[in-house]
Amino acid sequence: MKKFASPIGLAAVVGLLLLIAVAIVGPIVWGDAATSRNVAERWGAASPAHPFGTDDLGRDILARVLVASRLSLLLTAGATAIGLTGGLIIGLAASIMPSRLRRAVVWVMDILLAFPWLLLVLFFTVIWGATATGAMLAIGLSGIPNLTRLVYNLASSVSGTDYVRAARVVGVGPVGILTRHVLPNIASPLLVQAAAAASVTLLSFAGLSFLGLGVQAPAYDWGRQINEGIGQIYSNPMGAIGPGLAIVFAGLIFTLISEALADQPGQGIGRLVAASRAAVLPTDGRSGESGSESTVRLNKSPDATATEPAEAAPLAEVKGLHVAFPDGGGGVVERVHGIDFSVSQGETVGIVGESGSGKSLTALALAGLLVPPAAVAARRRAFDGIDLSSELTQSDRRRLGTELGVVFQDPLTSLNPALTIGRQLTEVPETHLKMSRRAARERAVDGLEAVGIHSAVHRMGDYPHQFSGGMRQRAMIGMALTAEPKLIIADEPTTALDVTVQKQVLGVLRAAKESTNTAVVLISHDIALVAGFCDRIVVMKDGQIVEELSAGRIREDAQHPYTRGLIACLPDMRSDRSRPLPVIDEVVRPAERHGPDQFADGGSGEGDPSEHVATGRDEVRSLL
Amino acid sequence: MTTVPKLSSPAPRQTNALRLSDRLSPRTLFAIRRSGRLLASLLIVILATFFVVHLVPGDPVRAALGPTAPAGLVENVRADLGLDKPITDQFVDYLGGLLTGDLGTSVQTRQEVAEVISSRFPTTLILAASGFAVALLGALPLGMGTALIARSGRGRTLSSSISGVFGIIIATPDFLLSVGLIGVFSVGMGLFAPAGWGDFSTAVLPIVGLALGPMAYLARIVQVEMIKVLDETYISTARAKRLPNRILLLRHALPNIVTSTLTVGGLLLAGLTAGTVVIETVFAIPGMGNTLVSAVGAKDYPMIQGVVLVFALMILAVNLIVDLILITLDPRTSITEG
Repeated sequence: MKKFASPIGLAAVVGLLLLIAVAIVGPIVWGDAATSRNVAERWGAASPAHPFGTDDLGRDILARVLVASRLSLLLTAGATAIGLTGGLIIGLAASIMPSRLRRAVVWVMDILLAFPWLLLVLFFTVIWGATATGAMLAIGLSGIPNLTRLVYNLASSVSGTDYVRAARVVGVGPVGILTRHVLPNIASPLLVQAAAAASVTLLSFAGLSFLGLGVQAPAYDWGRQINEGIGQIYSNPMGAIGPGLAIVFAGLIFTLISEALADQPGQGIGRLVAASRAAVLPTDGRSGESGSESTVRLNKSPDATATEPAEAAPLAEVKGLHVAFPDGGGGVVERVHGIDFSVSQGETVGIVGESGSGKSLTALALAGLLVPPAAVAARRRAFDGIDLSSELTQSDRRRLGTELGVVFQDPLTSLNPALTIGRQLTEVPETHLKMSRRAARERAVDGLEAVGIHSAVHRMGDYPHQFSGGMRQRAMIGMALTAEPKLIIADEPTTALDVTVQKQVLGVLRAAKESTNTAVVLISHDIALVAGFCDRIVVMKDGQIVEELSAGRIREDAQHPYTRGLIACLPDMRSDRSRPLPVIDEVVRPAERHGPDQFADGGSGEGDPSEHVATGRDEVRSLL
Repeated sequence: MTTVPKLSSPAPRQTNALRLSDRLSPRTLFAIRRSGRLLASLLIVILATFFVVHLVPGDPVRAALGPTAPAGLVENVRADLGLDKPITDQFVDYLGGLLTGDLGTSVQTRQEVAEVISSRFPTTLILAASGFAVALLGALPLGMGTALIARSGRGRTLSSSISGVFGIIIATPDFLLSVGLIGVFSVGMGLFAPAGWGDFSTAVLPIVGLALGPMAYLARIVQVEMIKVLDETYISTARAKRLPNRILLLRHALPNIVTSTLTVGGLLLAGLTAGTVVIETVFAIPGMGNTLVSAVGAKDYPMIQGVVLVFALMILAVNLIVDLILITLDPRTSITEG
């Protein structure tokens, strides 16, 4: 299996083989040493001859630890098997029972789950007495509720799938469904759980034997050895710690096996940790050479050039912006290749591009919101005189907090679900404008009213889940209005919304812009929407700006083939409805495309929260 | 702009939850479900402790007294335990005893079981409660801290080695950790007493030994949850507001990890309550756990019944408290279960 090709998998396999080997040959090779008494040497401390010392009869403890591995592992395997079998039978049976019976079984299992294993084990131990077999039964049985719940959950999720429904329609019986469809599909997660369960079982056994309720003399397992050794902990600590090491070692092996078998748990973090620190990024120079090929320079439209640097310093700008992420294999993937972008006071700029074009990253960099693992480099990155590349002072933070508002793509996730709307709208006035609680509340109500939320006073105590998607997005805009925004960056603010709600949200954004004369950067994949809203449009592709246009003249001025493709896709009143809509040629430099999939594979997709919604290239929005 | 039309895009779960909350608040539903579960658990516990004697294969009295005990004594004890009566009478007696606080008499020592338990219960309660406090108070900053370190891009080695240490602690049984603690701090450095119970010096090692495993486990949960939360868009929203880090972490991140932390924490606390059994044995602490172990060894059924019952009640109480905290803290409908 290729899963075991990883370092963890390799360690797990080697460790497991070692354990099995010791368990098989242990009693044969070290059996004599483990039983030969030498009373003269009793209670011996650790020495070269006896690395773990000797016990009350002068027997070598190391040899006994090695010999005990067979019994310890056999009991562990037995109890795990009992738990697994019981869990499988009850869980699978429950999954095909009538719903009332099924719920009853799950309910009882949930109740049992609330009780810790030790209590269940002690209960069963009382019934079967303090013997090794009794302990095995007890530990095995007490593991059943947990495994039953797991099997049931897995089986239910499989039975809900379409292919199982299809099989049922065709007339496959419940047993056939279970054996042919459910079992093969839950086998892999079940194995993961079995390995994890083995690790827990091992510890349970050790605990029980340690309490004197498991394996009884003259037999011995690791737990019993610790029990025997702890009395002599002052004279020979290794007598208790030695068998303890064996338990920890075996437990770690089981955990490693479980990790290696697992597809997901801890993997994201593991990869992230493994990824080396983002390498130093190219800042200057490279933008020129890599950009030359596909950047058509650029529109000569008088409107657009008028807003360019000729005027006073822009409100916000980035120059030579590069953004990169670790690729999971120690390297970095650059997603934005040295672009220049600026917004002037009161201006409305649209950034258009497909998923993965780097438009959202550019916006987040402009807002100073990119955090590791994203690595940002730029010749200049500033907002209204504040250098975003350097350490921010307290007053810088205050100004950014009040003057720069951000609206994210998905209103379902951009408001904090644990805080009331009121709390989230009052905190900027309270923190940055030093308003009293009351004044901040009034400001927040004003903000909500400005975005058309009715009886705002009463909605202040609501949580985001009590708002509809459109209301949440408007509340986000209202949040920006509670301060004194000079720039609102709206990152696909309407993509996640219904078409009619899109209109409302854009209307609110436009009203906000007009009443406060704030500048707006609107990011979208929808060139029609942006053209209707903005003064100027920047088209991005593959991390580069390919074209800048004046919004009113996109059809006339567009020169880059990609932009022309985007525009060609827009139907208008003259479009021939009998013909299919045009599709943009997907021939543009496939080698350099850093698509979102490729990126997510790198294990660092979280750096770009706004790019995860697949936006079909041929998707057409003509409604605004 | 009047009312906003209902969206079609959010997941169906959302609309479903909204519809439910129209009729009964999710908190009420949650409270009803959990009360039902509590009552059922109580019933199961009482039935289980009652039947444990009857489930023992063979003659429990003979098993308790050993094969050499005279037949007369066996008969006397059997009558004492009421095992000669019809089983329905026995159950009525048992319930009556529970209501009046009479848990029977120990076969081993002839002491009143209720008396023994009431003298030992405080010790176990203090041990479990302080163990949980240490675990929770340690896990939150540790987990959040390592998450921040892991996300900062600096100190990846540091965060992964901390995770490694957590992993090893989790894989180590608590009695072994305790043995290690005794070895280092008692035998090695002579800082704390290795055994006994009474003052601060004797309490430190048992509490740490009890708390360390759950703390490491909980810290891992907190870390994973925290990393997830830090990636959420609402954290970007909060970051865009340039709030002080203190507010960002305590107001915006912490409430969102509390539900999962507490849910896992509740299970851990239940486990920790039972863990006192082992810890009390390691440190020779005169608590309920120690009593239980010797009672199981001696097949002292009345004592076993009493102690198991009290332990189970403690665990039910823990679950109840966690549920109450969850209801208070979690404003969302997320407290639903399958």
